[in-house]
Amino acid sequence: MGELLDLTVAEAAAKIAAGEISAGEYFEAWQGAAAGDELNAYLWSVEDASTYEVQDGPLRGIPVAVKDIFCTEGTPTTAGSRILEGYRPPYTATAVQRLDAAGARVLGKTNMDEFAMGSSNENSAYGPVLNPWDHGRVPGGSSGGSAAVVAGGLAPCAIGTDTGGSIRQPASLCGIVGLKPTYGAISRYGMIAFASSLDQCGPLTRDVTDAALMLSALHGRDPLDSTSVGIEGGIEAPSAEDLSGLRFAVPAELAGDGMEAGVREVFEATLKRIEELGGEVAELPLPHAEHGISAYYVIAPAEASSNLARYDGVRYGARAETAADLLEMYETTRAEGFGAEVKRRIMLGTYALSSGYYDAYYGQAQKVRTKIAEDFRAAFEGFDFVVTPTSPSVAFGLGEKTADPLAMYLNDFFTVPMSLAGIPAISIPAGLAEPAGGGPQLPVGFQIAAPAFAEQKLLEAAFALEQGIGFEARPGGEDG
Amino acid sequence: MAEGAPELEAVIGLEIHVQLATRTKMFCGCELSFGDEPNVHTCPICLAHPGVLPVTNEKAIRYALQIAAALECEVAPRSIFHRKNYFYPDSPKAYQISQYDIPLASNGKLGDVRIHRAHLEEDAAKMIHVGESGRIHGSGASLVDFNRGGTPLVEIVTEPDLRGAAEAAQWARLLRETVRQLGVSDVNMEEGSLRVDANVSVRPAGSEQLGTKTELKNMNSFRFLQRGVEAELERQRALIGAGGTVTQETLHFDPRSGELTSLRSKEEAHDYRYFPEPDLVPLAPTEEMLREAREALPELPAARIERYVGELGLAEDVAMTLATDPQTADFFERAAAAGEGVEAKAVANWVTGELAAALRQEDDEVSAADSRVEPEALVALVALVQEKKISHGSGKTVLAALVAEGGDPAAIVEREGLAQISDSGELESIVAAAVEANPAAAEQIKAGNGKAIGAIVGAVMKETKGRADGGEVSKLIREKLGI
Repeated sequence: MGELLDLTVAEAAAKIAAGEISAGEYFEAWQGAAAGDELNAYLWSVEDASTYEVQDGPLRGIPVAVKDIFCTEGTPTTAGSRILEGYRPPYTATAVQRLDAAGARVLGKTNMDEFAMGSSNENSAYGPVLNPWDHGRVPGGSSGGSAAVVAGGLAPCAIGTDTGGSIRQPASLCGIVGLKPTYGAISRYGMIAFASSLDQCGPLTRDVTDAALMLSALHGRDPLDSTSVGIEGGIEAPSAEDLSGLRFAVPAELAGDGMEAGVREVFEATLKRIEELGGEVAELPLPHAEHGISAYYVIAPAEASSNLARYDGVRYGARAETAADLLEMYETTRAEGFGAEVKRRIMLGTYALSSGYYDAYYGQAQKVRTKIAEDFRAAFEGFDFVVTPTSPSVAFGLGEKTADPLAMYLNDFFTVPMSLAGIPAISIPAGLAEPAGGGPQLPVGFQIAAPAFAEQKLLEAAFALEQGIGFEARPGGEDG
Repeated sequence: MAEGAPELEAVIGLEIHVQLATRTKMFCGCELSFGDEPNVHTCPICLAHPGVLPVTNEKAIRYALQIAAALECEVAPRSIFHRKNYFYPDSPKAYQISQYDIPLASNGKLGDVRIHRAHLEEDAAKMIHVGESGRIHGSGASLVDFNRGGTPLVEIVTEPDLRGAAEAAQWARLLRETVRQLGVSDVNMEEGSLRVDANVSVRPAGSEQLGTKTELKNMNSFRFLQRGVEAELERQRALIGAGGTVTQETLHFDPRSGELTSLRSKEEAHDYRYFPEPDLVPLAPTEEMLREAREALPELPAARIERYVGELGLAEDVAMTLATDPQTADFFERAAAAGEGVEAKAVANWVTGELAAALRQEDDEVSAADSRVEPEALVALVALVQEKKISHGSGKTVLAALVAEGGDPAAIVEREGLAQISDSGELESIVAAAVEANPAAAEQIKAGNGKAIGAIVGAVMKETKGRADGGEVSKLIREKLGI
């Protein structure tokens, strides 16, 4: 059993395809692991696998943990919110259907910050997810459940969504690989919207090869999503052995204050590793990137305020039963159904879009967004990649930042600019570091960003660097 | 109005919503319907389930481009969809996808009214307020039917170029006819596939400035449109005449009571928080789409009216009647083309007058084009009358026969013995007898009462069974009486 769970997705898929292990046996092993969830990482998991029918395909027999933001027909889908408690969608998200068609199957639905708003998973209406490396710490967010199940041995792989860092940051804090593809690479149909112009689905996996395997199944143009285009040329398993001839830019603006000493150490060691592998590293200005957070926290809440308006108690989900009239029904349903962070962002976004304020806030933020995208375009004229730490800190303690939304928002400092520019970025584990306040060592992620739709190139570089780093640490250590 | 105060001129602009007759909805694959059981034409998309996305209906774009072409609009190379945010149960997403600062089409005209813009959007669901009035006030519960939700709409906004209630209603008829002839909408006001709102204001005649306007919502017939606008103009004129001012508000016109009630004032107006719809890409019609829209245009009513009046010399009202009925207009054109030496104007008058009346007499009312009357037969008949081979009255008899059985007018004249009395001696003796038989009328005519001639003419017509020419008979009577 243990041996089965040690296999990467690529290894397991190869063994299933070769008939060395059975799809049913493999699925059941993971089902057992998922049932032992002590991290509060699953909100729902498969109980009866007997009706499991294996589709033929590159992911034949692979169980996948799915962030609870993806609609799955007939099974609970809450987006981490009370307002969708008891909701069972009448349809399945395209991303999940594509995994299904490739032979994979949903193992469970993972916990998340409510409507993907958060960087610690503490905004879930169903309680926080615990970091498998240290149960007193957060796994990151908003795809915290998806990161925790992969790092904690509760699923071989997972999918999540990334709006401003929601795949990359939890992957970093949990010591796994997290990929945010180019906006438009994967269909958003059936993915519950937070900020439509930023939301993108992506895999969370143990290694880069698995990320490529999952991306190859997930990407593609979907007639149900006008903004989806897929990745031309498709995705293959990466095989680069070094980084020779590749140029890596370190943006001066993103390497400044607020970074933990341990994180900085690992980041600098990784830059050296890149050079050892034949890559070239140089500093490059990315002058508007530092305004990313400000622009993001206008654009994302603005879109969210509109996207979340449909949760009104009229057609599905929770509904206040005692209201005297329509307005009171709306107000009570939403007051009871949404958590504090969601309400904060709805109010921020409503304000930013209001008549008389639109130009000063939403309009201005969109201009900043364009500037940031231009910065990246200019950077990619002389460089192949832009690199940063994924997160300014290692996993922080539960409750440590909940009282200070701004401190929490700064977690996304390194990841938000790529989201605003719509470009792909991957976080790979680069080493371990002691937290600022002391304690056992925790994983540190390294972020690599590439031009739009250059996923194959990005995966090749990440693969070569991953091999060079040789990160082997696992959570739990001796008692795991 | 106070004595000496300047006359208050009406300034009216219309906002027209046209439901497009596509097979499916604007942003999902549900079929359009009317009158079906509630909530059967729905899916996760038009019910706004979590995670769904809109996809624009290409047919709706093509139909909207046809409307844009018919209204001589400029088409934006890239127009943008926006979200118009508001909470109401008829809007399941809590926003309507519409167009805002860059509409599909702008700067057009129809007749002498300028078109400000025309844009694509989606219809709301239908609210059914349970209760006697059918309106929300006083109802105990409301139900939502999502069948209509997401129906493609084109909203057409005119410039404030209309100067009266009747003119507004007449122009709205022209617009309906134009859209109907494109075949892109059912344009049925009662069923709501054509809905008209009016922006109404008044100003001192000759002033260039616009007065404060009010908006009249959803009048579901042209008659109600006219009456509603009339009532509102009267209200505004009285208000200003009494020294008051008009407040900007939205009004509902009740055609039963003739009353106007306020729906909401400017202060209560929504802040719709428009922003570009991130789920859709810009709408950029291809050259092929633009060409197809132009080439699909039939000759539209406004062009027909212009041609009929300008080239064929038809009266404006006759031209309008024909233009709003393209089948009959085509019948008229075939007839006019077949008749050598017969004026198009005379043919048009027969088509819209005598023929239309004769067809109405039939049990199963058919149009001229579908009737037994051939255009060539009609024009031959008009020629017989014009050449005075038969009288006008006999012409109507022949027409009735044509409507009933078809055939050739000359043969019918022959068969029925309707040829006009051409022997002037015979007619003279009949006239002489009639004058003698009506001495009182004869005295009155001589005393200068011209109308009295009718009695003697009638007697002659009776005697000749209508085969005499009325003008000739009058002339002979006068000669006989020595006037």
